[in-house]
Amino acid sequence: MKVLSKLSKRGFLNYAIVIAFYLVFQILSVTGNLSSSLSGQLIPIVAYVIMALALNLVVGISGELSLGHAGFMSVGAFTGAIVATALQASVPNGILRLVIAIIFGAIFAALMGVVIGIPVLRLNGDYLAIVTLAFGEIIKNLLNCLYVGVDGKGLHFSLTDANSMNLEADGITILNGPMGALGITKISTFTSGIILLLIVLFIIKNLVNSRTGRAIMAIRDNRIAAEATGINVTKYKLYAFVTSAALAGSAGALYALNYSTVVPKKFDFNTSILILVFVVLGGIGNMTGSIIAAAVLTILPELLRQFQDYRMLVYAIVLILVMLITNNEKARATMVMLRKKISRGKGKEAQS
Amino acid sequence: MLTNLINGISLGSVYAIIALGYTMVYGIAKMLNFAHGDVIMIGGYMAFCTTSYLGWPVVPSILFAVVVCTILGIVVEKLAYKPLRNATSLAVLITAIGVSYFLQNAALLIWTSNPKAFPNLVASIPSIELGGVRIANTAIVTVIANLIIMVALTLFTNRTKMGKAMKAVSEDKGAAQLMGINVDRTISLTFAIGSGLAAIAGVLLCSAYPTLMPTTGAMPGIKAFTAAVFGGIGSIPGAMLGGILLGIIEIFAKAYVSTQLSDAIVFAVLIIVLIVKPTGLLGKKVSEKV
Amino acid sequence: MTEKKETKLVSVPSTTMIPERDINKPLVLEAIHLGIEFGGLKAVEEFNIGIGATEIAGLIGPNGAGKTTIFNLLTKVYQPTHGMILLDGKDTAGMNTTQVNKEGIARTFQNIRLFDKLTVEENVKVGLHNHINYHVPASILRTPKYWKEEKKAHMRALELLDIFDMADMADVPAASLPYGAQRRLEIVRALATEPKLLLLDEPAAGMNPAETEELMNNIKKIRDEFQIAIMLIEHDMNLVMGICESIAVLNFGKVIAKGTPSEIQNNPQVIEAYLGSRKEEKA
Repeated sequence: MKVLSKLSKRGFLNYAIVIAFYLVFQILSVTGNLSSSLSGQLIPIVAYVIMALALNLVVGISGELSLGHAGFMSVGAFTGAIVATALQASVPNGILRLVIAIIFGAIFAALMGVVIGIPVLRLNGDYLAIVTLAFGEIIKNLLNCLYVGVDGKGLHFSLTDANSMNLEADGITILNGPMGALGITKISTFTSGIILLLIVLFIIKNLVNSRTGRAIMAIRDNRIAAEATGINVTKYKLYAFVTSAALAGSAGALYALNYSTVVPKKFDFNTSILILVFVVLGGIGNMTGSIIAAAVLTILPELLRQFQDYRMLVYAIVLILVMLITNNEKARATMVMLRKKISRGKGKEAQS
Repeated sequence: MLTNLINGISLGSVYAIIALGYTMVYGIAKMLNFAHGDVIMIGGYMAFCTTSYLGWPVVPSILFAVVVCTILGIVVEKLAYKPLRNATSLAVLITAIGVSYFLQNAALLIWTSNPKAFPNLVASIPSIELGGVRIANTAIVTVIANLIIMVALTLFTNRTKMGKAMKAVSEDKGAAQLMGINVDRTISLTFAIGSGLAAIAGVLLCSAYPTLMPTTGAMPGIKAFTAAVFGGIGSIPGAMLGGILLGIIEIFAKAYVSTQLSDAIVFAVLIIVLIVKPTGLLGKKVSEKV
Repeated sequence: MTEKKETKLVSVPSTTMIPERDINKPLVLEAIHLGIEFGGLKAVEEFNIGIGATEIAGLIGPNGAGKTTIFNLLTKVYQPTHGMILLDGKDTAGMNTTQVNKEGIARTFQNIRLFDKLTVEENVKVGLHNHINYHVPASILRTPKYWKEEKKAHMRALELLDIFDMADMADVPAASLPYGAQRRLEIVRALATEPKLLLLDEPAAGMNPAETEELMNNIKKIRDEFQIAIMLIEHDMNLVMGICESIAVLNFGKVIAKGTPSEIQNNPQVIEAYLGSRKEEKA
């Protein structure tokens, strides 16, 4: 019961952090104290936080490494862009269009998650990581060759070039191969992003604290014991993976609809790694950590532009150090001792 | 057609040499050394700097690249991987990705992202015309180097004491230790050999595709891992076979399907292999002890 | 070789060993000509056994005799290369570990395998997984059904933990339990899956005599309360002789003796397998 209440408190802590974040930036923005570069970053920050949460569901809860999550984000982004542009005339309400675009982005990314997950999740560990990486690259390559347009007759697709879609005179090219999605109307707002983030948190929290979540974590902790306890390993790994893909897709749609153009190259391996850095730095399996790490590491480089060149190098070193500190037995023993000392110190204070 | 085949074998030979590094390290340390591809890039830059800036002759500059990469391999293993010998594979893999990222970004700071034009280090060897098909000198050197390395490595693992120790460690670390084999040193040696080979692969790769960037090693690295998996991870002949097949597939995909989609096709091969035969062409099955 | 075995249709396990109370009930487990080869090495061969519905059976033998391998075969961690396994009369050929558990075999492991980062209660709830009745949408939307089922699972988990007086440890992470408690938790988790047959792999390993005594009583209690069959691998002869109604002795992958505890204790072959032959002893 104690852990349960602790857990739910934790969940509420996450909501509280997000709402506080929203209020602070909203007040800064209304009072005109927010620099334009930072206010332009608000929606990307929210999108990256959602990405970090989605990846943490796979890495922290399911215990598998995905190196292709940017791929799911891009599926969501381009699906969202296509849907939003195609519905421009029929659904004039921007918010409603955004909601539809995000839902479609999530659905398509989830479908891609199923397509990838079914063959891949039978593999374990390193193979799975490399295959997700490969899939991320394949998605990027395919999007680089994909042309989508819309005219009075509906959507047109081509894998060769824009002209072969034979659009009518009033038609518009939405997706132009390597040039990406063009002429997107910006309909994402900070408020809608925060609402999406809260929904994502709600989904993850409730999924983790359920029989499904327990099964997923059981597989992570001991696959063989989970099998012997009647857990269908592939099924529950797939649940985690597909849910994560869907959430990443929603983040992608939110992200894309904040810009007028988005290119496939934006969602490459480096983006996948960046999100992994958020997850590792925030603590694998720690959702609160993911939120803070993703937000801070997206805002900081904006503030410290002069260190831009060293940013990635520092990330790399941080990644290595965090793994060494948290996984080396000696280092871990020292940490445990330190923690005990600190808590003992606190206990003494309380007594006196 | 024939030209494509030759190009494919040539590219595949480079993959094979890189794949050897993956396969040996995977066989012994049971880890995917994600940074292996970036060691190639470092090897390339070393050869580039010594020849282009310092004007060294070809052979010493290649040797220098090999030495630097060998040391780099050992140092990385000692600092980043050794402390994690008993950690989960997830932790080791993330660390390896960190190392890979570190090398790439360090190279970016040192040499900037501007591509360097790599000099053809094998220019002194003539290209051959055979029945109307020109075989580039780089292709000849690559294939010959690949054959020599393969034979040398096979002899090394089967005939020498150190080589046998490597085999023993890959079979059973604990038992090998009980037999008096220094496991740490054996793993170090494996990293050293793999990284030294990566330097050679770097030189060959850059001679054939003469643009050198901090990200040069990343893609060939991942593809070579694909080749290692294709051939059966842990198997030396498997790495050779997988590398050459993958090279041929890639060149043919470029020639007959689409340049843009050739990478996608190569990765699709990886996925199909892993689904149909996860142990690869020449690999053997390992299962967890219960 | 294998063809010959398949043509033998006579059921081999003798029912004479089954305790009297189980004679009129169908056997919960029948293994017939069961065997596995690892690359030509016969780790287990010609393993035949029948276990009554509420029997406590023991599997003993020297280290490396193939005892755990038999558990791995029964739970399909390894697929047998020979013979068949009938669970409640149903052939388990083609099933995997998960399906075998759903059909009614649960087990513990020699080297403890708990879900380390989950709490004690959560470990048991994973065992209850297939008896908790709601799906993903219900858990995300927190429907009344979710709360009802979770409450039921919570109560059931505490009830099961109470068998070993562990209910007060419900919120402790499994990894931080003392060794003996970890072994007991594994048993509770296995029980939670509502098995017909419970396989215990060295349940008393690392326990002191007092703990072992308590474990013996609890194993009997589990059998009586749940009316299930239990098969256990154990080196502690006091435990084996004290609670097992039938014992099979394994050596080099083959059964060398079967019988009641007193029969086994007086069997010369068993004595030889355990103590070595007289000649060796002299030498």
